[in-house]
Parts: sequence; C-alpha cells; structure tokens
Amino acid sequence: MINKKESAVVVRDLHKEFTLPQHKNSTFKQTVVNIVKQNKKVTQKVLDGVSFTVDKGDFFGIVGRNGSGKSTLLKLIAGVYTPTAGEIEINGGLTPFIELGVGFNQELTGRDNVYLNGALMGFNRKQMNEMFDEIVEFAELEQFMDQKLKNYSSGMQVRLAFSIAIKAKNEILIFDEVLAVGDEAFQRKCIDVFEKYKAEGQTVILVTHNMETVRRFCNKAVLINDGKILDIGNAQIVSDHYSRLNQDVITRSLNATNQKYNSDKSLTVTCLNVNNKIEGAFKAGEIIRLRLTYKDDPRIYAFVFNIYKRSGEHLTGFRATIDEIDNVRNTKEIIADIPARFAVGKYHVFVQKLDSTEQVIGDVFDGPEFMVTSNLVKGETVWSGLVPIEHTLYSAEKYTKD
Amino acid sequence: MKYLHSRNRAILREMVSTDFKVRYQNSVLGYMWSLLKPLFLFAILYIVFTYIIPLGKGIDHYPVYLLTGIVMWNFFVESTMIGASSIVARGDLIRKIRIPRYLVVMSSSLSALINLGLSLIVVFIFALFNGVMPTPSWLLIIPIIVELFVFAMGMSFLLSALYVKFRDITYIWEICLQAGFYATPIIYSLKSVPEQYQKWFFMNPMAQIIQDARYVIVTNTSITVWSIIHSAVAFVPFLVIAVIAVAGGLYFKRRSKYFAEDI
Repeated sequence: MINKKESAVVVRDLHKEFTLPQHKNSTFKQTVVNIVKQNKKVTQKVLDGVSFTVDKGDFFGIVGRNGSGKSTLLKLIAGVYTPTAGEIEINGGLTPFIELGVGFNQELTGRDNVYLNGALMGFNRKQMNEMFDEIVEFAELEQFMDQKLKNYSSGMQVRLAFSIAIKAKNEILIFDEVLAVGDEAFQRKCIDVFEKYKAEGQTVILVTHNMETVRRFCNKAVLINDGKILDIGNAQIVSDHYSRLNQDVITRSLNATNQKYNSDKSLTVTCLNVNNKIEGAFKAGEIIRLRLTYKDDPRIYAFVFNIYKRSGEHLTGFRATIDEIDNVRNTKEIIADIPARFAVGKYHVFVQKLDSTEQVIGDVFDGPEFMVTSNLVKGETVWSGLVPIEHTLYSAEKYTKD
Repeated sequence: MKYLHSRNRAILREMVSTDFKVRYQNSVLGYMWSLLKPLFLFAILYIVFTYIIPLGKGIDHYPVYLLTGIVMWNFFVESTMIGASSIVARGDLIRKIRIPRYLVVMSSSLSALINLGLSLIVVFIFALFNGVMPTPSWLLIIPIIVELFVFAMGMSFLLSALYVKFRDITYIWEICLQAGFYATPIIYSLKSVPEQYQKWFFMNPMAQIIQDARYVIVTNTSITVWSIIHSAVAFVPFLVIAVIAVAGGLYFKRRSKYFAEDI
C-alpha cells in the first residue's frame, strides 16, 4: 500500500538575486551621478536553483554556514521576499517566526501587544480571543497584562513573544534561530514545545546552527552552501555533513595561520588521517593520527597528549616517552594513532613536555582540534556516553556457580 | 477570500488603534487633544484672519469657511506626509513578515481620516455657533471626503513607494505642499482672484474639494468648479485624482514585492 505523503511546501528551482548598487541611490544627486557615470549594478546570487519538498508532518531543518543563503530561503518561503525565478508552492496556512515579537510596541500594554502581534502574524480578532488566555497562562504573566511593555523585563518580553509564537496554531510553522535567544530555562521550554510538535506531527521548518537541535528533532534536513543544495535527506547525515564542512574551514584556517598562538615554536602537532593528509573530521571508528614534531631538547623526557571535549571534559591523557619511541630513528617525530571511539562532538588536543623528574617544561601546547561524526553506515556507535568502556558480561548462573 | 479579509481587517484595526494609543501617551488630556488641537488652531486662525488680516471681508461665515478649508487641507498634508514615509518607517515589519504592504499605507491614511472626522465635528460645532443653519446638504460632505481620501491615499501609495528608493521625496513633497497651500484657496477667497484665472485654480483637485465642501457646509455663494465651468472640463480634477490613484496603486503594487530588500 503506497500512501503518498501530502506535501506542505514545494520549492522548485528557486533563484534569488539581489541587486547591489555600488552606492545606494538614496538621493537624486546620487542617482544623477550614477546615471551619468553608468555605474554597473552588481547582482549577487544568493540562491541558485534550489528545489526540495517538505511533506506534511515533517520537522524540516535548513542548515548552512553564515551567508549561505538559508535565511534568504526562509524569507522567500515566508513570502517576505519575491523569488527572481522559480516557484514556491505552499499547501496550508503558514506562520513564519523570523523574529519573535514583531511589531511589539513598548508603549502598549501586554494585552494590546498580544493582539497586535497576533494580527500581524495573521490571526483575526476572534482567533486571538480564543488563544489569548492560553498565551497569557503559558507566559506566566497574568498579573502584568495591563502594564505597558516598557515596564516588562527583557525576559518577560521574550516569554510573551514566545508564548504567542507557540500558541499560534497553523498548519506550517517556520522558526529562525529561535533557540539562540533566551536563557537556559527558556531554551528548555522551546525544546519541550518542539517535542510536542514532533509528537503531534506538526509541520515545522527550522533554521538553526545548532546541530544538536537538528539531530534531535528533524527527520529531514537540507544543507545549503553558496546558494546551492549541498546535501539533503536524513537529518543525521546532513547535520554531520554540515559539521564536517565547518571543521574543514576551521582546519584550513588553522593551517593557514600555522597553528594557534603558541609561544612555543619548538613543537608542531597536526591531526592527520591514515593517508597522512591533514584532516579535521573523522567518522566514528576511523583512525585519528596525531603527529608531533619537536626540536631536540635534552631536557625533554616525555610528551603528554591530553584530549579534551570542547565542552571541557577531559576525555583522556596518555604519554609518549621519547626513549621508548624515537631513540631508534631519531626523527624528532612521534605519531599517535587513536581510533575514534568516543562520542560524536568536537575535541581539542593539548600537549605538555615533561622532564625526567616529571616536571612540566614550559607552557601547555595548544594543539589541533578535530571532530568526530557519527557513522551510520557502519553502525559504530552501539554504546552511549563519552567513550565505550571495556566490560565483561556473565550470565547470572555462571556468576553464582563461581 | 473571506478569511484573508478578516485577517487584513484585524491588521488594520490593530495598527490604527496602536497609532492612536501611542500618539497621546503620557499626556494628561489624552484623546481630548484630538479635539483640542483643531479647536485651538481654529481659535488662532479666527483671531488672525478676522481682526489682524481681515481677508474674509464680504464672505458669509468667514470663520467656518476658513476652518473647512484648513481642515480638509490639513488632512491632505497629514495623510500624505505620514503615508509617504510609512513603508520605510515600518521597515521592521516589512522585512520580517508578509503582511500585505498596502495595509501599512492604508493604516496611516485611516488614522488621518479619523482625525479629519474629529476635526469636522469641531467645524460643525463652530458652524452652529457662527449661525450656520444645518441643512441636509451637510451630508454631501461624505462623498467629498471619500474623494479626498482616495486622492490622499493614491498620492501616499505613489510617494511611499518612491520614498523607498529616493529619500529626497519627502523634502520635495513638503515644498510642493507649501506651494499648494497658497495655490489652493484656503485662507483667501476665489472671489479675490480675477475671474478669467479662476477656472485654472480648479485644475488642482484640492481647490475643487475645498470649494465643494464649503458649498455644502457653509454657504452656497462659494465658487465651485460647477459654477464657473460648464463643460466636461469640470471633470478634470476628478481625472487628476483617478490618474494619481491608479498610477500610484500600480506603481506601489509593482514595487511592493521588493520593499523588503530595498528598505
């Protein structure tokens, strides 16, 4: 039984160009000057042939680096911009939240602002009357509704704006970086709401830089790069692709600037793949090769490699004693191969030099960063947490016999 | 279609009411100012033009005659000036949501229209005090106001769309309005103009509107386009309004797709 899903948003071969005059013709004098000079207007292609379909019930993520065109795409879907070419088909009511609290007026009461914002979001008076109590209750601002907005704290304003956004019921909802604002408690609330949307099969289109959010909620995602679709489909795969893309950029810029600002020039530490190419992103299970080169220094007895998670947890530290490793070939180079068998995320390598009395020589060396992405194909991640831990399993009978 | 309609009505209602709520914020008398402002303006004009510069000699009920002109003209100035900058002023909305752009201009015209209504109430009160007898012809002010509203809104559409690209427009328009104030028989009477030039004044729709308004409210001695031109030329002011309204509307419609990126 093939039950073809109904589509909510269909984007077909969408193009968007912006005209960028060298100097914006804001006055007649400038216009005249520009006409006389025959200044050529520069057009900037922001979207270059983007097509995709969002089905009803999809939690659809749009990801991409800054300037990739994803916000433009969102504004086109929201109807704020007009496409240069291509078309967008929208089946059902659509409410975009490109910004929370659009049109909020500081001089109006909370109540008036709810109705104003609601009207601007496309709800009529009757619909707003029906939603009003729920909105106020969710925002926990019952006593403040007749006070002017300017007397609200910024947190209260955000709460009110957000409550309108999430109580607004429409067939398709669009959110742009909503989770980026607000404190932890607020973000927690957003997450709860998204969970609810997901459970209810609400169609949501979400633009975010936060891959955790994409992995957690989205079933489909599209990765936009330079106005084109770089990847589309399963949200896990797309978000990993995005993370790798970012890591490539970081790796490139690190190579360009010759590592970080280490005062210690006697060391270099690079992160390689098994083909000895510089690499910043590894799929779970792949080999991470750390290469350390150093200038000869009789004081050095050993190096310590410390790997930290970006969030700060010290994942592991291990040492390499020179005499055991490098005394034969004397290349002043140490290789450490580590299987990427730890949690998906970003990591940072630090290296210390130790003398024979186990004292640290000089400063801690700020080494390369790398990231580990999931490996769905191989199903490497059959454990949870930071690292898999060695364990022995017995059946209960065997244990009692012993 | 009905749904769209109620949505747009809700937007208009909220924008206009916001405008009014915000306008008299922190003032003790609040909404009273909507009536007090024209009242004091009239008092000043009355003193100036009856005692200091008596331009109105020989005109019946000159104070009411003057006020009618001022009120109609002020509406035109207020609605076109605010209308012209309305799209740019609400750039925050235009860039973030997809409300029909014409609602922004319309809401500013409607705010001005409400003010006109309040001012006219004051005019009627003045008229009664001045001994003008209310007649059924007062009701004819309604189609005249409709005409004026269409003119002001058409102009606002044109100006607001131009203003997005050319920020000089408001300055130019301000000068045009200054000139228009003297080109229109507002403080003076057309009777003081040589007869052969009178018909040229009526090529300006505002002259036709103000003189007609005076005719229906104040005195049927007021010269109107109908009383001096007895041919199809009398419809020129209406044609001017129609052309501006259609051109303004079409230009606005064409440009409005790009407001979000041009502002």
